[in-house]
Amino acid sequence: MSEPVSALPGFRNEGMISVVEAGPCGMITMRGDLTLPALAKAMTDVMKADIPAQRRITHCDHGRVAWMSPDELLLITDYGAVPGIIGDLQSAIGDAFVSLADVSDARAVFRLSGPQVCDVLAKICPVDFAAFEVGEIRRTRAAQVAAALLRDAEHAFTLVCFRSVAQYMGDLLATVSAPGGEVGLYRG
Amino acid sequence: MLLLSCPCCGVSAEETEFVNGGEAHLKRFGPGSDDADYESYMFNRKNPMGVHFERWRHVHGCGKWFIAARCTVTLEVFATYPAQTTEPPAEVVARIKARRPDWEGYK
Repeated sequence: MSEPVSALPGFRNEGMISVVEAGPCGMITMRGDLTLPALAKAMTDVMKADIPAQRRITHCDHGRVAWMSPDELLLITDYGAVPGIIGDLQSAIGDAFVSLADVSDARAVFRLSGPQVCDVLAKICPVDFAAFEVGEIRRTRAAQVAAALLRDAEHAFTLVCFRSVAQYMGDLLATVSAPGGEVGLYRG
Repeated sequence: MLLLSCPCCGVSAEETEFVNGGEAHLKRFGPGSDDADYESYMFNRKNPMGVHFERWRHVHGCGKWFIAARCTVTLEVFATYPAQTTEPPAEVVARIKARRPDWEGYK
């Protein structure tokens, strides 16, 4: 099998914050009625995770489960583990009306960290970061493109965007985090 | 700037995260309807100065459609509610009446 290649291999920018492209990352989109007992059972059996509450992220042995919309979950895991997990989930779900898709290669993932990360992101996202809690996911817009932000810690975010806009996102993050552009809105 | 709350994912955001879908609560007149009804359904839209009901989609968020009741003059949003309704819910109408006593009502 060929080597997986992420969108911007080795991309890294150190400015007001550190921006690092995360490399190949396994992602599974699960769509269906989140109240289905079969879906909850499959998640418990295979992922050892509860279905997250609205806009929340739950952690499990395989990685993380994020709430994307009222009928969509995103399973974030190791790149190589995706086919196995999809197979296990599919057999655990059985005939219930739930769709699973491997979207690992459709996305690009950036890890952002630094004390000024909220200030930098607030330049490009219409989001109130003061009300953005750790362990929350927020799908929003980063300048001209769609993005999802996962708050991993007080000063660390994971940003997920479409692979086709990875170069734009990398350049954008490098631009808005260039030294000299400090804002100082979210001090704390 | 218009601030909207999505009833599907609970996010409050400004309008660039959403996209407008035109007038809400339209009744479709399809094949078999008379010409006047069809023309009205197809082309005639309200353009009020004041209370208006609109469809919006949380395009950069959860992707769901919902309906917003807002004032086109002040940009005040009275309520947002799920799209699976054929007319404004009673509590939304009551809230608008409280804020705009001279509003002539829906329809």
